[in-house]
Amino acid sequence: MDLAVLWFGIIAFFFVGYFVLDGFDFGVGMALPFLGRDDTDRRVMINTIGPIWDLNETWVIVGGAALFAAFPEWYATLFSGFYLALLLILLALIVRGVSFEYRHQRASARWKKSFDGMIVVGSAIPAFLWGVAFSNIVQGVALNAHHDYTGTLFDLLNGYALLGGLTTLLLFFTHGVVFVSLKTDGDLRLRARRLAIWSGLAAIVVAAVFLGWTAVAHFSPVFLALAILAAVALIASWIANLRGVEGWSFGFMAATIALAVVSLFAALFPDVMPSSPNPENSLTIANASSSQLTLTIMTWVAAIFLPLILVYQGFTYWIFRKRVTRAHIPEEPESAPESVTA
Amino acid sequence: MHVNELLDPLLLSRWQFGLTTIYHFLFVPLTIGLVTCTAIFQTAWYRTAKPKYLQLTHFFGKIFLINFAMGVVTGIVQEFQFGMNWSNYSRFVGDIFGAPLALEGLLAFFLEATFIGLWIFGWDKLPKGLHLATIWIVSVGSILSAYFILAANAFMQNPVGYHLNPAKGRAELTDLWAVLTNKVALAAFPHTIFGCFMVSAGLIIAVAAWHLSRNQHLDTMRPALKFGLWLMIGAGIGTVLSGDQLGLAMVETQPMKMAAAEALYKTSTGADASFSIFTLGTPDGVHELFSIRIPYLLSFLSTHTLTGTVEGINDLQAQYTQLYGPGDYTPVIWVTYWAFRWMIGLGAAHILVALGGLWFTRKGRTPKPWMWKVAIWAMPLSLLAMIVGWIFTEMGRQPWIVFSLMKTADGVSPGTSGLEVLISLIAFTAIYGTLAVVEFKLIKKAAQRGPDDAAKHFDEAGEPIPVTTVY
Repeated sequence: MDLAVLWFGIIAFFFVGYFVLDGFDFGVGMALPFLGRDDTDRRVMINTIGPIWDLNETWVIVGGAALFAAFPEWYATLFSGFYLALLLILLALIVRGVSFEYRHQRASARWKKSFDGMIVVGSAIPAFLWGVAFSNIVQGVALNAHHDYTGTLFDLLNGYALLGGLTTLLLFFTHGVVFVSLKTDGDLRLRARRLAIWSGLAAIVVAAVFLGWTAVAHFSPVFLALAILAAVALIASWIANLRGVEGWSFGFMAATIALAVVSLFAALFPDVMPSSPNPENSLTIANASSSQLTLTIMTWVAAIFLPLILVYQGFTYWIFRKRVTRAHIPEEPESAPESVTA
Repeated sequence: MHVNELLDPLLLSRWQFGLTTIYHFLFVPLTIGLVTCTAIFQTAWYRTAKPKYLQLTHFFGKIFLINFAMGVVTGIVQEFQFGMNWSNYSRFVGDIFGAPLALEGLLAFFLEATFIGLWIFGWDKLPKGLHLATIWIVSVGSILSAYFILAANAFMQNPVGYHLNPAKGRAELTDLWAVLTNKVALAAFPHTIFGCFMVSAGLIIAVAAWHLSRNQHLDTMRPALKFGLWLMIGAGIGTVLSGDQLGLAMVETQPMKMAAAEALYKTSTGADASFSIFTLGTPDGVHELFSIRIPYLLSFLSTHTLTGTVEGINDLQAQYTQLYGPGDYTPVIWVTYWAFRWMIGLGAAHILVALGGLWFTRKGRTPKPWMWKVAIWAMPLSLLAMIVGWIFTEMGRQPWIVFSLMKTADGVSPGTSGLEVLISLIAFTAIYGTLAVVEFKLIKKAAQRGPDDAAKHFDEAGEPIPVTTVY
């Protein structure tokens, strides 16, 4: 088998992992103001992703490094071409990441509120922009003979891409809300279920239009089959939520996101970054990949370590499988010593 | 400055890379060093069951965690930036340079990110031994990641294990083992890790000194001080010895960098190859007005003999012009000269502080108030030493981005405009600056609060109290 094609698949796998896992982190972050009635609620929500958000986010770091190693041309063109979009994603991820750590360091309501706001914005921006970025990759962007992107940020914000961004935003939002219903209890859990009905409906409508548009523009039987499967999984998730079987709802939601990512990679194949309007400048699996030796070594490394990684990450998820409730949130531990040090 | 110069993508990208890398590196040494120190304290508690060690574990663990989040999020910027600002560089070296980065991700980052979550939230969920293992795994992960990124950097200093593929216009891997055992990497790795431990020792000494000078938390801070002082001495010796090895590797692979470190224009032998502690010269650095010199020392540092010959900048410039064509192959001399001296001076000063600390606390003696102050204010010395050390390493490689293969000017992204880079540079500066203030205040607050409340993690029977929530 052609190793470059295998690595195209492995890169797809990394992005599946990233969007399925960090996707619900983004959703939980965005849903803070919709589901969290008070600070205790919001702390419950943040603690459902507390032990895992960092490892979820690591998928994009490792995915980026794998892209660099296996497809240096793709990495170089994509990252330099989408410069400002990636800058926004980076800034959002920075703000979001430190906000989780900082918000509980002081008891003041104003302090917490400002970090809650930053978590919401810091989750929404990447949830939207990753969709915009991937839609543009699938749609094709203007590349010159040296494979450099010649457009601007505003060329990336076209109708199709904005719809793609809205799709990922709604999918991740719903994914996070379903996760909250799966991982909490009591009133919060019920509210999450109710919210997932409405956000799920919105996601179904928008995703259907987006997948339809993609199918018209990049028709292939494989893409169509995957896109239909993704749509079916999304509806199944919605029904499962309606019936109150949260585990199934979450599982189908994860399958939806995974299938959507795989379908976009299928639509790309055998290109990695199609050039439009000059298709002769397209980056393909063949012309963007690393040498055989690098790919061979990387394949061995991935074959040995990916299963191991999946095992210990699975172990972590299993350890933290229990629901988090309001009873787990201690009374403001920060307030008492505050006066001592003041 | 002219507007065109202000919007030069190369200049701006260099500033941005320097700024974001230095900023990222404020958190890296403390992460690597402090997680290992925390693991040592937890091991001491595991073996002796003495509460003071558990308190120290929680106390320094908390400072480590505040610092860890910043290290993670600023690290993503580093990885994205190669592609964003240096796409031609990425295309040229990706076949080789990408591999250690991917190895770092697969072998180290996932380990760190997963097991840190297990450690923070797992106190009551994992058996004690397994929980102790999680923090050690984070420590191993952080040290592994240092190795891979230093191997990647070593390729830029001393490219090995590659051949040039003219058809593709890039360097391609021929020997990964050669890349991972690059002599520069093998010397830079211990030098950097020992440096990280010096930084952590500096923090532990300063925090302990702050509390002891107020006569509080004596049962935890006395052992912490002793630990910090000895760690500083041990890590300091390691840093000096490995630095010596790194110097030899540098002379062999990048003689221009050593010449630039000493501002040595003329090739010198034996007593003439002296090392200047301090020099006043004309602004261009070419003419010396006054200096304090130690004869033979440069010869010894460069060759480990007193009669060695050290090549000067003028000869090297002539050689390089012949080898690589016309051009200026000299780094910015005043930067390399002073960065090299500050690195050595700041590090040595911190080691001296620790030696003084051991002397003045011998057999339970209590130091005078000014001595505590010195220990506290000395805290950033090692960190500053590491930072100027990196400035020396990277500026000393210029004008190359990959020594002898690609110039920095040729590595920059051709499609990225100066305006875009200016926007990102301003954004990073603003957000990093704000976060630095918040971060410093939080660490200071956690450090000054002391380790008392840490005992709350266990009930009277010594059983862990459930911690489902941390945030």
